[in-house]
Amino acid sequence: MIRYLAKRLSYYAVLLVVAVFLAYALSCTALGPRAYFEAKQPRPSAAAVDRQLTALNINDRTPVVERFATWADGLVFHADLGRTIHNTSVNEEFGRRIWVSLRLLLIGSLLGMALGVAGGAWSAVKQYRISDRTLTVFSFVLLSTPVFLVALLLKNGAIAAKNAAGHEVIPFTGYETPNLAGGLGAHLGDWALHLLLPTLSLALGGLATYSRYQRSTMLDVLGSDYLRTAEAKGLTRTRALLKHGLRTAVIPMSTMFAYSFLGIFTGAAFTETIFGWHGMGEWFIQAINEQDINAVVAVNLFAAVVILAAGFLADALHAALDPRVRY
Amino acid sequence: MTPAPVTPAPPLTEPPFTEPLLAVRDLRVDFGPAPAVRGVDLELHRGETLGIVGESGSGKSVTALAVLGLLPGTARIGGSVRLEGRELVGLPGRELARIHGRKVAMVFQDPLSAFTPVYRIGDQIAEALRIHQPLDRAAARGRAAELLDLVGIPAPGRALDSFPHEFSGGMRQRAMIAMAIANDPDILLADEPTTALDVTIQAQVLEVLRTAQRETGAALVLVSHDLGVIAGMADRVAVMYAGRVVETAPVDDLFARPRHPYTLGLIGAAPRLDGRGGPLVPIPGNPPAPGEGGPGCPFAPRCPLAEGRCRTAEPPLAGAGAHLAACVRADELAERGPAPSEVYPVPELPAPADPGPREGRAQVLAVTGLTKTFPQLKGAVFKRKVGEVYAVDGVDLDIRRGETLGLVGESGSGKSTTLYELLRLAAPQAGRIELLGQDTARLDPAAAHRLRGRLQIVFQDPMASLDPRMPVGDIVAEPLHAQAVPREEAARRVPALLRQVGLEAAHADRYPHQFSGGQRQRISIARALAVRPDLLVLDEPVSALDVSIQAGVLNLLQRLKAELGLAYLFVSHDLSVIRHLADRVSVMYLGRTVETGAVAEVFERPRHPYTRALLSAVPLPDPAAERARTKVLLAGDPPSPTVRRQGCRFRARCPVYAALDAGRRTRCEQEEPQAAEAAPGVDHTAACHHPEGR
Amino acid sequence: MTTTVLTDTVPVPAGDPAPSGRLRLVLARLTAARGVLVGAAIVLLLFLLAFLGPYLTPWDYATPNYTAIRQPPSAEHWFGTNGIGQDVFAQTVRGLQKSLVIGLLVALFSTVLASLVGACAGYFGGWTDRALMFLVDLMLIFPSFLIIAIVSPKLRGTGWLAFVLLLGLFNWMITARVVRSMTLSLKEREFVRAASFMGVRPFRIILRHILPNVSSFLIIDATITVGGAVMSEAALSYFGFGVRAPDVSLGTLLAAGTGDAPVFPWLFYFAAALLVLFVLAVNLIGDGLRDALDPTADAGRPARTARRPRRRNP
Repeated sequence: MIRYLAKRLSYYAVLLVVAVFLAYALSCTALGPRAYFEAKQPRPSAAAVDRQLTALNINDRTPVVERFATWADGLVFHADLGRTIHNTSVNEEFGRRIWVSLRLLLIGSLLGMALGVAGGAWSAVKQYRISDRTLTVFSFVLLSTPVFLVALLLKNGAIAAKNAAGHEVIPFTGYETPNLAGGLGAHLGDWALHLLLPTLSLALGGLATYSRYQRSTMLDVLGSDYLRTAEAKGLTRTRALLKHGLRTAVIPMSTMFAYSFLGIFTGAAFTETIFGWHGMGEWFIQAINEQDINAVVAVNLFAAVVILAAGFLADALHAALDPRVRY
Repeated sequence: MTPAPVTPAPPLTEPPFTEPLLAVRDLRVDFGPAPAVRGVDLELHRGETLGIVGESGSGKSVTALAVLGLLPGTARIGGSVRLEGRELVGLPGRELARIHGRKVAMVFQDPLSAFTPVYRIGDQIAEALRIHQPLDRAAARGRAAELLDLVGIPAPGRALDSFPHEFSGGMRQRAMIAMAIANDPDILLADEPTTALDVTIQAQVLEVLRTAQRETGAALVLVSHDLGVIAGMADRVAVMYAGRVVETAPVDDLFARPRHPYTLGLIGAAPRLDGRGGPLVPIPGNPPAPGEGGPGCPFAPRCPLAEGRCRTAEPPLAGAGAHLAACVRADELAERGPAPSEVYPVPELPAPADPGPREGRAQVLAVTGLTKTFPQLKGAVFKRKVGEVYAVDGVDLDIRRGETLGLVGESGSGKSTTLYELLRLAAPQAGRIELLGQDTARLDPAAAHRLRGRLQIVFQDPMASLDPRMPVGDIVAEPLHAQAVPREEAARRVPALLRQVGLEAAHADRYPHQFSGGQRQRISIARALAVRPDLLVLDEPVSALDVSIQAGVLNLLQRLKAELGLAYLFVSHDLSVIRHLADRVSVMYLGRTVETGAVAEVFERPRHPYTRALLSAVPLPDPAAERARTKVLLAGDPPSPTVRRQGCRFRARCPVYAALDAGRRTRCEQEEPQAAEAAPGVDHTAACHHPEGR
Repeated sequence: MTTTVLTDTVPVPAGDPAPSGRLRLVLARLTAARGVLVGAAIVLLLFLLAFLGPYLTPWDYATPNYTAIRQPPSAEHWFGTNGIGQDVFAQTVRGLQKSLVIGLLVALFSTVLASLVGACAGYFGGWTDRALMFLVDLMLIFPSFLIIAIVSPKLRGTGWLAFVLLLGLFNWMITARVVRSMTLSLKEREFVRAASFMGVRPFRIILRHILPNVSSFLIIDATITVGGAVMSEAALSYFGFGVRAPDVSLGTLLAAGTGDAPVFPWLFYFAAALLVLFVLAVNLIGDGLRDALDPTADAGRPARTARRPRRRNP
């Protein structure tokens, strides 16, 4: 199993290198930092623009491969992601924002998965009863609502609540109240409250996806021979379902986790922007509009690493759950 | 048991005047509108074995599951099932759970899917124990090991920690039986327990079932489609057709004097290992689908004895003593005792034109020393090579024009690999394949493509071998298109082809799912015949079919061979079918040909100990003969084909080797036996150092 | 001489010619599933609304009217007007039209691409398979949103068709994987083996045997992709990376209305509701089709094969 995972990991490393190069090349060709500088008032001289571009290693007159080599050299040997278009350190910005994003991603995706698996399994067992139908309708509506719209609706709800109550009931901007007095407890409470709406926008999506999928794998399991065997041994239906059915039906969820993480990542980028979190997603959207190549590439790197990590986690989870792939 | 008591033993004809252990009365099951079981009455007494026999769709498995209350929620169950006088139908789940496993235990057909894949075998058996007995973890584990030992699993301590997928089919079924007898149940229900297994493994598992029954004193209900298995195991038999019991009797009585025409037909349709009959007796038509059919006897449309009254009312199960039959002409049959062929129309097969002496005929296929190894892969996603699988390692085949070679072997013997190597029409890894005089190693692509038209295949599974999205006409014409026959020409030939295999030209527009299994297999045959091949490869062509349907297809194959002068390479695990159809037979073990020869020679005077064991493992549909036989039980599973052994590869399971003294064993251990003729001029060779004398 | 043979010829169920057998089964299952009917009705109505709507209102979606700014819905302006007096109904209908067309085209494009790549990878195996699957893995590393957003500055002025291509180009990978694994198992099925042993050429096998047998899945998947593409379009346009003025789509309408939503709800909620309604209807159809088309599905039970893990689209 260790060998299997190690092999998987090395494959991911290859993918990562190729993908990051492609992302770099794509950003270099698609974005035009030269135009950004040329649009400055007063208009700098061509030579000055050139100088500045070269200093930032984003000069479009240098071949892409050469620029990539410089960038990769900095990354590999100095752990340096380069400079932003404002000539600040990408590393610093990256370090500030990464925790904001990870907090949202981790809590959102895990919560969504846990709720979804539980809901789906329950729904399958109660197939065609009221509770199943309610959850089905609920997840269908959620599946049909884009994450950014869920986030907007939640935010509008919070605004409406604020207008009705006359003060902010649930915070809907930022991840903490600035200059909050009080001890650790107050801070933690404040964080949790700020986390509520953004996490909910992500977790609701997860809940909908996982519960549909878990419901259908669970329904497949309901007709399986081994569940019949478990009952023939003398387990009651419920015990057989929980011990033999659910345990087998969660195996495909690991694959699901890898796939759904792509969507969650994108959703997180929107959520951050909408709730005014200064995370990676918000940075990305801002960077594109500023033609900031190095920042864009840094976010891409982050995305690739996070998604591959999710993939690796899914593989490990699969191997742990299913003895048939454990070799 | 004493062999062949002609009159049934008293306790069977007159059941003791005690309450039966299990009494099923008027059991009815339906899924939605269509009834699957329509009023079944059964009785089971302590310690006896009841065989339930029937073809697919007869409701036998549903009956077994209904008795246990294990049907899915969509099933509606009516009637009564009493266990020691206690009504089970309608019992709440919690109460039923207390009975499951402790009073009534079940052995399922497919042991791979019947174990939860993610738990260890030992844990699953221990769980069965701890549900009903106050055992701690360690005690349950110890008991589980004892149970595994009882059913003959080697190294039970280690086996406890195995996952189901690490076991072979036979081992899994043994473990299943161990789990079923864990709580000393009063009743063991076995639903087709050996259907997925090879004959030698089937013989082992049946033996284990007997042991289990002896150890626990449980009554056994054995559900099977195989008359041979029933004949060898059951004390009493119930024959089911279309959701009802149509005949029930003590086993000897049933086989000797069947009183229902359906039973008679079943017996006549099964090819027998012990005699080469002419044409088999097929039961015409197909069983009715659930919910189909009029008010009369459901068998009437297929029955050669049907009269007007059969079509108006369904006869009840009636008769004197223990032999009951649901047929208005049962008494007549009992009195007359006709042979199947006297009741059913027997097709006349055209006599094959005498092909002349074998040496004089053209060779269609000649294979010598064929070898095929696969890399042995591990890992689900990232496969890595960890060794070699010697799937085929020295196969010789020889087919002349107009003859049928039966290729016999158990799963893993390399039969399928051999076939696919032939059909690839490319150079083999080692050895030589000569098809119609052409060496496949030297074919250019165009010649190979042309040669494909002269070699066709019919697969085992008639569902899988026809594209469900294509109309039958296109399916049959496909090889013609592949050989670039003009479209009109192909379209013209399709109706004739369909008629040739017993279908109608109008069927060309229909899709495969509209046909029954036997008809689909006929479509497959028509497709294979389309390009007028010289050699037809038949890969288990009838093993997915019910006996009564199988007989019709076998007769068709015999007729086509006689009419068209085809040569067949007939692969089967069923020795009775081979005996019935083949001219010559070739037996494979672990990738190698061990015995070859004319069918009569090999079946009547087998020389290789493996062939002898194989023949003795095939159950005969004749209880008396079955009891009288001495059986050669092989030990264990076939060894792994990943190791290339020195010497004879059969010796680990060989009863002859086991009986040899050390001096004579050396040869088996060191020298690979080569095929040797039994006698000069006799078509019979065996690769054994100590063959059975003539 | 062929008594045996002839006796077996009768019992093919008499009745309809072949194709209706399966078709009728599918139709019966479809009509049994109310969700599909409801979904199909909604989709039909929305299409009618999108393409006939512009003729129902005298207002043009682009013309500003400074005398009627931010008016609430009324008999004259059914969905009200926006900040420069444009009629919101005309705009919404126009946006819906664009979103629907984009959704359909993306689904078509990505399904065709996915089925070809998947079937080739699965059927040919070996290096073809490895190369194609590497490509799939590579493209799955980044959320398509990132790539499309990066490329979007280049697309200024090329119009929305390029955007459709991009959306399609980053939406086929998971489907291709499923098609590949289905092809792998179909390849082992005996009818495909039979065809190759008969000498049928590989591409013909893919076209005649493989693709028809994954068509159920493809139809279902394409249906769901329509909904997904509409959502992706809305999200990208919302953040300014998709459809741009002078074109309008549901996404651009949502973006324009979002700031005013708490005070002038008609600027936001009509577009939002239509978006959710359409995707919901499409998902209902997809789900119902899955139960009806999947040959392995029992009458009541949902399918067990190849259930594509459905991705949350942004």
